[in-house]
Parts: sequence; structure tokens; C-alpha cells
Amino acid sequence: MLEGTTAEIRERKALRINPAKTCQPIGAMYAALGINKCMPHSHGSQGCCAYHRSQLTRHHKDPVVATTSSFTEGASVFGGMANLKTALSNIFNIYEPDIVAVHTTCLSEVIGDDIPMIIKKSAEDGIIPEGKVVIHTNTPSFAGSHVTGFSNQCAAFVKYLAESSGETKNVLNIFPGWVEPADMREMKRLAEMVGVEYIMAPDTSDVLDSPHDGKYHMYPDGGTTVAQLKAMGDSFLTLALGPLASTAAATELEKKCKVPNKVLELPIGVKATDEFVNALRLAGDTAVPADLEKERGRLVDMISDMSQYLHNLKIAIFGDPDHLTSMVSFLVEMGAKPMIVITGTPGKKWEAKMKEICSETNPEAEILAFSDIHYMHQWIKNNPVDLIMGNTYGKYVARTEKLPYVRFGFPILDRVGHRAFPSVGYTGGMRILEKITDALFDQRDREDPDHEVELVL
Amino acid sequence: MNSVNTPSSIRVLDERSDQVWTKGSGKEFVCDKKSAAGSVTQRACAFCGSRVVLYPIADALHIVHGPIGCAVYNWDIRGSLSSGSQLNRNSFSTDLAEKEVIFGGEKKLKASLLELINFYQPKAAFVYSTCIVGLIGDDVGAVCKQVTKETGIDCIPVDSPGFKGTKKSGYQAACEAAYKLVGTGDTNGISKYSINLLGEFNIAGEAWMIRKYYEKIGIQVVSTITGDGRVDDLRRCHGAKLNLVQCSGSMTHLSKLLKDDYGIPMERVSFFGFEDTARAIYAAAEHFGDPELMRRAEELVRDEISKYAPKLKEYKKRLKGKKAALYVGGAFKAFSLVLALRSLGMQTVLAGTQTGSAEDYEQLKEICDPGTVIVDDSNPLELAKFVLEKDVDLFIGGVKERPIAFKLGVAFCDHNHERKIPLAGFEGMVHFAEEVANSACSPIWKYAPRRQAKALRLPEPEPTAPLACEGGAA
Repeated sequence: MLEGTTAEIRERKALRINPAKTCQPIGAMYAALGINKCMPHSHGSQGCCAYHRSQLTRHHKDPVVATTSSFTEGASVFGGMANLKTALSNIFNIYEPDIVAVHTTCLSEVIGDDIPMIIKKSAEDGIIPEGKVVIHTNTPSFAGSHVTGFSNQCAAFVKYLAESSGETKNVLNIFPGWVEPADMREMKRLAEMVGVEYIMAPDTSDVLDSPHDGKYHMYPDGGTTVAQLKAMGDSFLTLALGPLASTAAATELEKKCKVPNKVLELPIGVKATDEFVNALRLAGDTAVPADLEKERGRLVDMISDMSQYLHNLKIAIFGDPDHLTSMVSFLVEMGAKPMIVITGTPGKKWEAKMKEICSETNPEAEILAFSDIHYMHQWIKNNPVDLIMGNTYGKYVARTEKLPYVRFGFPILDRVGHRAFPSVGYTGGMRILEKITDALFDQRDREDPDHEVELVL
Repeated sequence: MNSVNTPSSIRVLDERSDQVWTKGSGKEFVCDKKSAAGSVTQRACAFCGSRVVLYPIADALHIVHGPIGCAVYNWDIRGSLSSGSQLNRNSFSTDLAEKEVIFGGEKKLKASLLELINFYQPKAAFVYSTCIVGLIGDDVGAVCKQVTKETGIDCIPVDSPGFKGTKKSGYQAACEAAYKLVGTGDTNGISKYSINLLGEFNIAGEAWMIRKYYEKIGIQVVSTITGDGRVDDLRRCHGAKLNLVQCSGSMTHLSKLLKDDYGIPMERVSFFGFEDTARAIYAAAEHFGDPELMRRAEELVRDEISKYAPKLKEYKKRLKGKKAALYVGGAFKAFSLVLALRSLGMQTVLAGTQTGSAEDYEQLKEICDPGTVIVDDSNPLELAKFVLEKDVDLFIGGVKERPIAFKLGVAFCDHNHERKIPLAGFEGMVHFAEEVANSACSPIWKYAPRRQAKALRLPEPEPTAPLACEGGAA
């Protein structure tokens, strides 16, 4: 299908071909789904909401609930206040959430709807029932990317809800960043193993990976509660995982409630997981349990077992900045060579950071923020690689170039593993390693000529 | 907790109460109304409607003028197969940023179009307007005109800002856009027995199956619009002598234009199920009035049915008495589904659509059995309520309905863009029966709590938490 993609790279001034990002509101919706009994609300045309729900449903294979202001031409001219007030009244009446998290769309941003004012008016008019909360975040689709939207929504949790009672509690805040429900579950398991009391926000585990129980739960059991979001202001420390996704919320919490923070990379791979575990250990003033040491040992063991296949393995990879930072570091730890690293999200600083990470095995790596999959494909045609990694949209590139492909990031629309198995932590590292070597070996087993096929790899 | 495990626990939004109707209740039914703000509607927007209709035109360039999201969420999601060019499966976007929102995006659009046309040499280009373009007032038409002049490639604006309405208004915009190409091609060599297939999107290759039926009996298919579509076919489709319209919701407007301007008569058809497929083939043969055509049509139908009917019988044995719920985009599909399910011995107990019109619903009411619940523009809570209340065995719907059905322990069949096997025609009916039987009789459902309780003759599980909606009238 990509037969039209040529090796000749033409300068493009104004155009995106096969994007490696999407727009802010879907990130806000994903974050809001990680709050218990929260209704994400899209303030715009109903298409936005339908699109985000469909996309999240395809990725998580779970029901995704959200409401919309259902903008019409009238609302686009006269503003969306009436729509939002009606919407809030309907939502509280029929769906009875504890909290509604409103995010904007390009439409309501350009119209210039003043959401805090509308929320205030709704409260005055008695539309918001006693004890219920409405929060908002601005997520203009024409700036940043879906990760920015996630980050903005997390910051809004703090802005609206975190409270400081003046008494610091022996509780650690964890902003997990944009990771899968299974990853959040794994982060919690690690914190529990180390023995730290924590609040994680958002937490989509048990929301978007809910078990089959024969019922439809509009609000599944999981998610951070409003009470927990409030209590975050009394914690003694915040761990913000994934700088792009979590720094804004952590900074806001420091500003508002004087909770100090530590920004870490997502715990993917040995070093980044070490840093996370170490931060947990310091926070809990405990020792790393022997079982966890063993998990680490098993990961290191597996990497060394497979190292002959990993050294100088040439990899093209695209995805979101936080995911890439940690994943590429992990690849470098294995001795692989990141050849080209692409994200659609803008970020000059990130480019510099990636350059440094790659320099250990490949100082010449091509690093580009604000780029797209089409460019990566053209580049690969000129600079052959052994393996491609990225979300589902990259599979056609791998197919066209006849290369093994490992899925990671968002969205994954054609596999199920990401729902169940984490990529973070030492066990997550083992899973990634398995996926990479499986992809390489499956291709060899299928395509090597008879005399070269080997039984033992 | 808004958990749905007892049907009476759910209320219907007051504003929506007349969009839910039970056959035999005698009350009025309302549809074609804007979704209530704040409802978890399963509906999408005008842009989405335009995009899904035109997307299958495979050798055209489709560029989304707007922020990146609009170009991402509908990127290659529709299983409309193309026998040649795959250009349409790429995602092209102007990726509008703050600067253009303030100063206008016309320059960026023009540059993008020139670059793309130069690069891909498409047969034509469709330029989709999104909400924001509608708002900042870019003159997309003027840009298209300029680029057409400079490159000689027809650039066609699609007036589809999302806020214009539901998918339905997008269908209209798509028809208008497609119509710009109609009448610009050579109609030489078109037979006096010739048709266009409108509203057939070649999901999983269905258009190819249908095309063969007509070709076999001696009727030429000038174009399928838009499945496996080509720009040149659209250009000359006005030379066809009859339009067969399948997805009436999306294509009625185009067929009306073709009728008004070129005098081409239209027939509404469906290729779902034996009865409807046979009817659709006879309709064309009858229209041309040639007894030889009719003879071949009858022969074809006889052959096909004798080939597939025995297989269907096997499935019917397994499916008899099972109950189905369907929630689909357009109403015409719903009619066919009700009939097809009936032919498998199944009863439709819930039927709903996103965008049906009053006329559609009248017809739907006609063909449904008493007691069937009919809903317009529904939401997950309502759907879950009726599925449980009616003790449904099978749900037919799209991407957002699938996990809901599965969570309830109900079988599911995708009858939307994302279906993977052809369900049209005689052979398709067997595929449909097979998929329904596989899902409805899947061994996994023996673990579904509701079935487990029945197997063990246990009382249904009690609600685990007090229900937030209790006290409200169902």
C-alpha cells in the first residue's frame, strides 16, 4: 500500500503524511478515564467524542464512556455555554458520575468559551449536585499532541482538587505518565513490593482492562478516587514518571501544596526501572526486597543470553517522546543501534536528550521530533535497518520493506498483548526482549533458505 | 454505581424518551433529532460522514484540512478493499497549528496540495474541511480552483465541518463533492443494460461478489460508488441506465442528482440475505424488460440458492429461537438484518440506528415483531438495559458496541466498517450465518455469569452495589 513512497526525500513545507501523533483531547479523555466514577466530557462537535471513544475502544478492547456537548452551527456562532450547561445537567441526572472532567476541542478553543466561568455559573444555577465536582482543561487540537492533552488533564486534577491540610502524610504520589493499564498495575505492584504507601493518578487499571463479569459497568471499580486526588496535597513526595506527561502535574502540586517532586523517565529497561525502584526505596526508607532483585537478575540474564542477536541490531523506531526516551535507552542497554527515532510531538529539547542517549551505540542516529512515519519510511529506504518498532500504523512500512515489526506505544489496534502484559519494570523488560527476538527469529525461521535454517537459536 | 445487571435499574434520558419505542405500545416515535448535549451518543459528525463515503475512491488523493486528529481517527479504518491503487490508505493532513488558526490556513493548504499532487500524481483530490476550517473561514473552494488550474488535476472541496451535523449531513456533502466529477467522462461503450451500484463500499470485497452477479446475467456495471471506486468511473457513471442504491442513507442524494440531471431512474436495493439479494437482481432485470435477462437472473438465483441453502439450513438448526439485538448506522441495513435473522430462525428484539429517518423507522416498525424495542441515537446504558431485559443472544453493531456486548456475555457480529468477511449476496449470507453461529454458540459463553447461573439453575446474581439509578422509571 505504500508503493508510492520513494527513497527520494523531498522537502515538505506544509504537510503531514502518515502522522506519528494525534490531537490533545484523546489524551485528556484517557487520563480522565483513570479517575474513579469520572465522566470525561468533550466540549465540541460530537464527532470528536465518537472518534476518541472508538480509537480508545479499538486499543483497549473495553467499553469507553464519554459525553459530548454536541456542538451545532448555532453553538459555533454563539458559543457553547448553553450546550455545556445542558450537558452537565443531563450528565449528573442520568449518568451520576462523582466528577465530570471537561476538555475542550479546537472548535470550542477558537470560539473562546470560558469554561471556568461556565462551570461557576452551572454551580450557581444548581446544576452541579452537592458533593459532585466539575473540572476542566484546555486541550486545543492544533497545539502539541495527544501527550500534551494527557499532561494537561493530569495538571487539571491537581489544580482543581489537590488540597493541603497542613499535615504531611507518609504517602508517595505517583504520576505514572501515559502508559497502559497493565503498566500502571505493574508500577503499583513494584511500589507494594518495596513497601511504600502511595496514591497513583490517573490509574486506568481495572477501568480499561476490566474483567468479564457479565455486567456492563459504566464506571468500573478502578481509578483514582476524588478523595485520593484531594489527599495528594498532603503527600511528602511526588514521583513524576515520563517528563512530558507528568511534569506539569508534579510542578502544579509543588506550587499549590508544596509537595516536592522528582521527575523520572518511564521505568522501561534495566536502568530506568532501577531508578524507579531506587526512588521508591528512598521514599519508603526501605530495602529492595530480594524477590525484586531476582526479577532484575532474570532480566539481565535474559539480555545476556540473547546478546549475540542484539549487538548492533539496527532499529528504526517511532512513537511518543516519553516512551521513546526509555525504550531507546533500553535498546542501547542491549547493545542495539537506534538508527532513526521519530516522534510527531514537537520538542527540541527532547531531540538533544535522545541524541545523547543514542550516542553510546550510534552517534550518527537520526533523531526528529515533529516528524511523521512517511519520513521515517523514506529514510529507511536509504539507510537499511533490521527491525522497526512503533504503533500499529507502522506495520505497513515493515510489510513494504519486509522487515520484522515490534508493536509498542499508542495506539495498538491489531494485537492484544499490550492489554495484559506490562512493558515497564523488570518483567516488562523481559516481555519486550521476547517480542524483539521472536520477531527476528520468526522472520528467519520463515524466510531463511533451507540450508541456513537453524534449529537452535 | 452505574452497573447494569438488572434492566429496571436504568432510566432513559427524559429528552430521549420518545426516541425509544416498543412495537405495540401505540405511542409516538421521534427521530432525526440532534443528540441531547451530555448524552453518551454513539453518533459521529458530518466530517466523519463525508470521509467514510469518499474514502474508498482509491486513486484519489484525500487530504484533511484541519488539526491532526481529524486525519488520524479515520485513517485506514474502513475495510473497503481496492483492486488496484492503495493511495487512499495513506493519511494526508495540513496539520493546522496555532499560527494558521490565527492567520488562516489557505497558504498551507495550497502548498500541501501542490506538493502531494506533484508527488503522487493522483487522478483527483478531495479536500475535507473540518470544524476549525469552517470557523476560521478559509476559502477552500478558491484554493481548490487555483490548484486545479495550476496542475490540471481536479481538486474538489468537501464541505464537511463537523459541527454541521451528524454523519448524515456529511453524506450529503460527500455526494455533492463526488457529483462534481460526474459527467466529465466519455460514456462510449456503455451498454443499454447497464447500472451503477451506489452505496456499496466493498467491505471485505462485497462489491466484487455483487458485480459478478450482474455481469453474469448480462448487465454491465459502470461504477460502484464508492467501493473499489475510481475517479474515471465516477466521471462516466452518468452513462449508466439504472442506479441501484444500497446504503440509501449515504447515497440517496447522489442518485437524486443523477435522476434530476440525467434522468437515470433509481431503485433501492439490499444485498443482504437471500431474499433481498434475489430481489435486487430481479429488480435490474425487470427494469430493462428483456425476457432473456430475466431468464438468466432466475437461473442465477436458482443456482446460487440451491448451492447455499443446504448450508444455511444447518446453521438454522443451531440458531433457531435465539434472540438478536441490532444497532447499526442506517435503517435500510436494519431492515435487511431483521429479515436475514428471521430466515435463520432468529428473532430481532431490539433494533436501532444512529441516523434513521421517520420514513425508515415506519418501515422498520412494519417488519419487526410485536414487542420489539426500536431506538434512535442510543447510548451504552440504554443498549445494555435492553440487551439484558430482552435476554439477547446476539448483538449486531459496530466498534463501540462490541466490548459492551462481550462484557454482558452476549455474542457479537460486526456489521459495520470493521467486518472482516463479506456478508453480502448469497455466499455472504452463509458467512453471516457462520459468524453468528460461531459467536452465539461459542464455548466461552458457558463462563458468562448469566449463562452459568442458568445452567446451574441458580437465581440471577444480585446487584453487588446499590444502583445509583434505582427509583427511576425504566
